[in-house]
Amino acid sequence: MADAVQTNAQPHADAHAHPSNLQHHFDTPAQQFDASKFGMWLFLSTEVLFFSGLFLFYTVVRRHHPDAFALGSTFLDWRLGAINTLVLIASSLTMALGVYFAQRSMQRALVFCLVLTLIGAFTFMGIKYIEYSHKIHEQIVWGKWFNPTRGHEAAEHENAAPHGEVASQQDAEAAEPASGSHEPQPAAASAAPAAAIQSQPTAASTDSAPASEPALPIEQSGIMMAGNGPSGLAAGEEVEEKGEEPELDTYALAKQRKDVHLFLGVYFCLTGLHGIHVLAGIVMIICLLIGAIKGRYNSDYYTPIDVGGLYWHLVDLVWIFLFPLLYLV
Amino acid sequence: MSTLDASAAALPAADLPAGDNYLTCDRGFKSWAFTLDHKRIGVMYLTGILIFFMIGGLFALLVRTSLPVPGVAGQAKGPITAELYNKFFTLHGAIMVFIVIIPGIPAALGNFVLPLMLGAKDVAFPRINLMSFYFWCAGVVLALTSLVLGGVDTGWTFYTPYSTTTNTAVIPVVAGAFMLGFSSIFTGLNFIVTIHKLRPPEMGWFKMPLLLWAIYSTGIVQILATPVLGIILLLLIVERAVGIGIFDPALGGDPVLFQHFFWFYSHPAVYIMILPAMGVMSELLTVFSRRHIFGYSFIAYSSVAIAVFGFLVWGHHLFVSGQSNLLNTIFSAITFSVAVPSAIKVFNWLATLYKGSINLKTPMIYALGFIWIFGIGGLTGLFLGTLATDVHLHDTYFVVAHFHFVMAGTIFTFFGAVHYWWPKIMGKMYNEALGRWGAMLSMIGFNITFLAQFWMGSLGMPRRYFHYDPFFQPYHVASTIGAYIMGFGFLLTMICLVHSLFRGKRAAANPWGGVTLEWRTASPPPHYNFDRTPPVTDPYDFNLVRYNADTDAYDFIPAEERVAVPAGHH
Repeated sequence: MADAVQTNAQPHADAHAHPSNLQHHFDTPAQQFDASKFGMWLFLSTEVLFFSGLFLFYTVVRRHHPDAFALGSTFLDWRLGAINTLVLIASSLTMALGVYFAQRSMQRALVFCLVLTLIGAFTFMGIKYIEYSHKIHEQIVWGKWFNPTRGHEAAEHENAAPHGEVASQQDAEAAEPASGSHEPQPAAASAAPAAAIQSQPTAASTDSAPASEPALPIEQSGIMMAGNGPSGLAAGEEVEEKGEEPELDTYALAKQRKDVHLFLGVYFCLTGLHGIHVLAGIVMIICLLIGAIKGRYNSDYYTPIDVGGLYWHLVDLVWIFLFPLLYLV
Repeated sequence: MSTLDASAAALPAADLPAGDNYLTCDRGFKSWAFTLDHKRIGVMYLTGILIFFMIGGLFALLVRTSLPVPGVAGQAKGPITAELYNKFFTLHGAIMVFIVIIPGIPAALGNFVLPLMLGAKDVAFPRINLMSFYFWCAGVVLALTSLVLGGVDTGWTFYTPYSTTTNTAVIPVVAGAFMLGFSSIFTGLNFIVTIHKLRPPEMGWFKMPLLLWAIYSTGIVQILATPVLGIILLLLIVERAVGIGIFDPALGGDPVLFQHFFWFYSHPAVYIMILPAMGVMSELLTVFSRRHIFGYSFIAYSSVAIAVFGFLVWGHHLFVSGQSNLLNTIFSAITFSVAVPSAIKVFNWLATLYKGSINLKTPMIYALGFIWIFGIGGLTGLFLGTLATDVHLHDTYFVVAHFHFVMAGTIFTFFGAVHYWWPKIMGKMYNEALGRWGAMLSMIGFNITFLAQFWMGSLGMPRRYFHYDPFFQPYHVASTIGAYIMGFGFLLTMICLVHSLFRGKRAAANPWGGVTLEWRTASPPPHYNFDRTPPVTDPYDFNLVRYNADTDAYDFIPAEERVAVPAGHH
């Protein structure tokens, strides 16, 4: 029992000296490394099941509404999606290089790689922000709020809107409830699509226009793309599939159908959940970066870099599935 | 031992721990709130779970109190309105399933016992362990938030479309279940890694105590099934909050999809709840019959088999939800196949008891009760897995009774386990008479309550009804009387446990004669669990210990004194 007292008083006074990075309940650094890595793999399996729930959802909804998915995906800009795919793949590469450098105690290279990875993550979220704000601006959103409205029409009304109210709301999140709140007549809109295109923005202008106005520089780029129109976005293979539909029809058609919003619901759920994971990844990379700058990682101890890298690769991998499933339907 | 003379006998001073154990080594609120010690985390879980067991039980009594009179359609029964009744059974179900039973054995007792059984200092990830405890707390707080906001009336299953349209506080409770789910995932993850990586080299997979096999299998289900519940609850929140329309038929969505996702988790969750109880059973029955476990590898593999099969049977909850006949047939067949590993366990336990020296201590009473209760619960599951009978029995009290016979089986085993490890956890012996009375009264009350429900269910009494045909009144009265007896029994149990903390006599290191490693350290264990790494032995070889009349406890026989045991001693 005297031993116990002694152990309690000095937890690390074991016969063999513990390296500072080794937690007391592990015997060897190798055991700790294995446990951490195994734990992360198990966590990733949880994440895979988490996402696969949504992928299954996607499958079921798409099977019930194949046309809605074909139509709905024309609202997405595959070029932005492709850029994001490349950005994430590149950031995965820099992350993997970071692990490589950490294992060789090359600290500056590690920091450099982590910074690059972080830039990639922020670029991804930036592009995602452009996509989201554009969609929310044009009311290409989920459920009963779905009411696609051409960007330039909304923009015209924006210009007509009183500028006094404009500056208060700054971001897309603010635009979201605003564009939602004025929305009691989706049924009417879908019943008479042509009329709705004309009348809806008028009804909406006082509410939605100010909300989306301030983000104009970014917004404008989104609008430009929308100006090219979904068929413009789909300049490549999409056009052949869709049989050269006139621009305006995609919006009108989507309004006419009652199920296109399901695609966007799935889109926002999947990309939203993925986005949350990217944000978590950003926090994680910042933590790793701080640790790397402080010189915590070297060839003896690089577990956090390795394990964090695994997580980042999963986030990347999920996107690689999301891109074709959503953008290239 | 049958009187309340608990604190009388004192142990010889030499056998007492030096006074510095995990409970006393550090004091103050912070030393608990930020502890990374698996034992303290286990104790915090245990305290919280016992408190919420009482709260959930209170709601159960309120449900039963609402039902002895049939009532007049459209009218309240005294102060209890139909809406209030709906909230009672919802909160009873949600609290008991998500807050109490799922974390009950693994998170509370598993946390305490698992590293000790491995001879380890802690679980693999102590910080994640603490984090999952705080996730549990967050889930509890969210559930309480919904209580403050007026409760929920969806039933614990949160079925759409009702859950997306009712105006009660669904979001906090669902968010709470989400948090509890993540708590469960991280607990399972931690335990799997711990069993893999912190097992002593001498302890092969088939030298582990069977509880560890059970917890390992549970962990598999926890990390693979719970995220699916997470995503569906998240979608339900999104649906309610911003109206995404995926469960709303008016918008082209599909409410039945919710049921598929929900049961894809919640059926395996039944095994999350029952598997650890089965593991505990293998420990209790052997120790209190002084017999080596019969069919070790069969019990071990059957745990894994139950975990795997458990993923493939969720459709049996949807037999009357418009599933195709082919699917129904397949799910029915797989459901029957789950009965095989469960039966393997029961038969092996019975074979273990054969010619054993059965000692009816409180944990053993719970364990024997479990065989009866789980036997009925499991066999009635086959009635429900049969397509034709399920059409008749679906959504009747028969289902309620079946479910409770299985789940309360877990609760009783949980209490058996609490009594079994109580001396190790708290270092105090409980009063045996009080413990036995509590065990027997609660189990007798339980049987009255739910056998009556089997009966009225098979006669067609639908579940969840507030007003009912007066024909069923005698059954409801019997059921309510049983519920009060059960409530009284559990009250005695609680008194027994609390009493032991203040008046219980000091526990010896090994009061029951168990030979798994946790009995080789002091009661309560020191902060780092073991003074020296304990030798790994067969976990069920009871020739390793001998009874010591002076301490009323067991001592491990030193290796040099051990006589060669003749072959075939099992």
